Amino acid sequence: MSNPKVSDSRGDLHLNRLTKRFADFIAVDDLSLTVPRGSFFALLGPSGCGKTTTLRMIAGLEEPTQGMISIGDTDITTAKPYRRPVNTVFQNYALFPHLTIFENIAFGLRRRGVKDVKKDVDNVLELVELGHLAERKPNQLSGGQQQRIAVARAIVNKPEVLLLDEPLGALDLKLRRQMQIELKRIQMEVGITFIHVTHDQEEAMTMADTIAVMNQGKIEQMGSPAELYESPKTAFVANFLGQSNLIKGKVNSRSGANASVNIHGIDIEVPITRMASHGDSVLIGVRPEKLNINAKSKNSIGNGTVTDASFVGVSTQYLVKTSWDEELVVFEQNDAGAPDIKVGDTVSLSWEPAHTFALDGNQDLAAGADVDHEAD
Amino acid sequence: MKTTTLAPAPMPTLSHRASRWFARNLIRIYAALAFIYLFIPVAYTFAFSFNDAGKSNLIWKGFTLDNWKNPCGAPEVCSALGNSLKIGLISTILATILGTMIAFALGRYRFKGRSVINLLIFLPMATPEVVLGASLLAMFLNFRINPGMTTIIIAHVMFCISFVVVTVKARIASLDPRLEQAAMDLYANERETFRYITLPLVMPGIAGAALLSFSLSFDDFIITNFNSGTVATFPKFVYVSAARGIPAQANVIGSSMFFIALFIVVAGQIIGRRRKAR
Amino acid sequence: MAFLHATAHASAPAIDNAAKKRSLTPYFLLLPGMVWLIGFFVLPIATLASTSTMTRPDGAAVGTYVQSLRFQNYLDAFSANKDQFFRSFIYAGIATLLALAIAYPLAYMIAFKAGKMRSFLLVLVVAPFFTSFLLRTIAWTQILGDEGPVVSFLKALPFFSNDIRLTSTPFAVVSGLTYNFLPFMTLPLYASLERIDPRTLEAAGDLYANGLTTFRRVTVPLSMPGVVAGTLLTFIPAAGDYVNAYLLGNPNTRMIGNVIDSRFFAIVDYPTAAALSFTLMAAILILVTLYIRKSGTDELV
Repeated sequence: MSNPKVSDSRGDLHLNRLTKRFADFIAVDDLSLTVPRGSFFALLGPSGCGKTTTLRMIAGLEEPTQGMISIGDTDITTAKPYRRPVNTVFQNYALFPHLTIFENIAFGLRRRGVKDVKKDVDNVLELVELGHLAERKPNQLSGGQQQRIAVARAIVNKPEVLLLDEPLGALDLKLRRQMQIELKRIQMEVGITFIHVTHDQEEAMTMADTIAVMNQGKIEQMGSPAELYESPKTAFVANFLGQSNLIKGKVNSRSGANASVNIHGIDIEVPITRMASHGDSVLIGVRPEKLNINAKSKNSIGNGTVTDASFVGVSTQYLVKTSWDEELVVFEQNDAGAPDIKVGDTVSLSWEPAHTFALDGNQDLAAGADVDHEAD
Repeated sequence: MKTTTLAPAPMPTLSHRASRWFARNLIRIYAALAFIYLFIPVAYTFAFSFNDAGKSNLIWKGFTLDNWKNPCGAPEVCSALGNSLKIGLISTILATILGTMIAFALGRYRFKGRSVINLLIFLPMATPEVVLGASLLAMFLNFRINPGMTTIIIAHVMFCISFVVVTVKARIASLDPRLEQAAMDLYANERETFRYITLPLVMPGIAGAALLSFSLSFDDFIITNFNSGTVATFPKFVYVSAARGIPAQANVIGSSMFFIALFIVVAGQIIGRRRKAR
Repeated sequence: MAFLHATAHASAPAIDNAAKKRSLTPYFLLLPGMVWLIGFFVLPIATLASTSTMTRPDGAAVGTYVQSLRFQNYLDAFSANKDQFFRSFIYAGIATLLALAIAYPLAYMIAFKAGKMRSFLLVLVVAPFFTSFLLRTIAWTQILGDEGPVVSFLKALPFFSNDIRLTSTPFAVVSGLTYNFLPFMTLPLYASLERIDPRTLEAAGDLYANGLTTFRRVTVPLSMPGVVAGTLLTFIPAAGDYVNAYLLGNPNTRMIGNVIDSRFFAIVDYPTAAALSFTLMAAILILVTLYIRKSGTDELV
């Protein structure tokens, strides 16, 4: 039963102008991407953005309409799934219900003709800390255990690329946090390229070195979690990754390090390096935790009225209605105990210019904010 | 079943309580009666297998174990049983193989003419047995083929195929396609995926279909009667002897089949449950 | 992350896989079974159709018929046997309704109230199958027979006359049909009831539906596929059956199956038997089609 034709290509994963067209829509649209060997890469986006289709094309479960997929110098675009040095952790795990945990993990090794599977299986079971469950059947395991077995079943084959399709979606919040750390640890230990598909921005930021935010079959922006968070380049990224306050503005002048931007009659400063647009019409963005209440930061927009206050423990979240009737979200740390601001109070808002970003003004303010993060 | 008693009304009378119990358990009582109805003739058949009746097993004449000690005592009963078992076995094997192949084609592939195939599977099930039997006989007569063992098997395979297709197809449809994708992802080619994943997972459906085929074939009378010529099967033997009285040995065989089948089904369920639990 | 970049849109090899691959495998899988069904179902039905318009030439031996496209055979056959025809459908219809009335509560109980006993009770429903249905039918003839326990008991009661009989009556035939096809009714009903999430029933209760309303508005509609499948699986074989009428009935309870059987074997009148078979098949197919249309359930296969 040996299967000697599994490609032993090594190297970075390249997607080159990849397109997948279904009968009535384009799931993946001219996507190009390089994932360096050994990195933890996340494809993040709302449901239907094409991330899972991309993953399935890499796995060989879906054939691209156009474009090329290669690992190192080997073209694997049309290779059968079983000829690729790629393994997948499926959503809901797809463990074989009729095989024991041991046989589930040994499955790939046996198909490739490995004679003595015991050592490899035992090692990987130890890695996921479930050695005592080897003789059980999958349906006798908890969700978290099944998830780890699914990971073990894939990495025991030492693939070049490991694909994870919403692997934590079926777990409850607490277990999910635990598994995020666990997966990260496993990735560091085995050093395999992980490509992780998720709609959960927090999960992507916790785990990945690099995140590609996908929307409507295209990559909106790619970078480290901090880069994406601090300097989003589109309204979609600004809203999908965390929350953002976006305000329409006009550029007065660009001189020196800062540009001067007029928002609803108030001039504020934005560092030129944090402007994603060269046009005059811009969207000014500030993260809620960067907005200060009743402080004297440089970009001040005057007074507003508190319309809502929710105490969430570490911080309090306010909605403040500005003089131009836009509601801004403000997070205030509760480091000095619960603050004494109530609904109806008048407060002043301000922030530091360094915390401002500016986007192209011809975008929907709410892009990416109204998509359901939890939907699949 | 647990019955929870809410705070009872003060001092319910006995008849009150009885009628409330009755109302709550009405459906269980009804079901119990239905089961009794189902089993009366089975119990009767079993009881009369111990009848010391000689040739005609109509009236209770006394208890004996002779019929069970010598089930082949009555003339031809065992040869008829042998024929039925042989026909059942061969028909089951053929129908299960052919039907399973069709089920896989319908459940796993896209092809033209699917609706015609579906119709061809459905029609034999929607056709009364007399018509199936009569039409086959008409054809055999037309081609001057003498009815016998072969024609019975041909007929049985024909009417079992549809039931096999329906049973196995349902099982295939309930299979998570991701399991097969996972196997392919784990270096199993198409053939290995089928052998190690698909087939074992569809197996309970195939086994169920085979059991169904066997019981349909073993118990069939109408179609068999049209196409059997001089060959006697067990149901045909019973039917023919009905006029002059059925030997108690037939009751022995009928009861044995009941217990054997019950044993197989219950054992199958217990094994299935064990496997799941292991 | 300088080494990580979205590659420029350089020229990519265009692989167009839009055209769906058509494999020959399904045809190989279908071939043997379809050959069997065409050879031993379609072809026989065609032969039957052709036989139905044959006539016996004057002076020819018994059982010799030639094709003469005599469609009058149908009218002759039907008018000579219309009583048996209607009787078949009426008996089968009553038996189907009775079976539904018995099987529905039974299936409901197994699906919702049986707990751990579920699979065991299901086995019990199928179990009588395995005692030959002929033996069971004959057991009924003896249980209901003139010397049997039921009749003796009824005779002992004051309000039944002493010449009461149960066998050789329409009542016995319909009871036999009901009994024999009861599992065919119960299993599909159970299958569709079992699929209902008990929480939907609770939800209905929560939304102020009482037991009866819940049953009528929620349970029954959701179990419709089972009702359709079960009634068809009962009605079709019952309409064509002749064993119950033969063993439990009298000459006045003969059904169309008995006529077809005797035309074939006793009278050797193949054309009439064929015409009757064909009419029966057509009538049932029309009824089934209308019924399925009306109940709005297509997925039966």
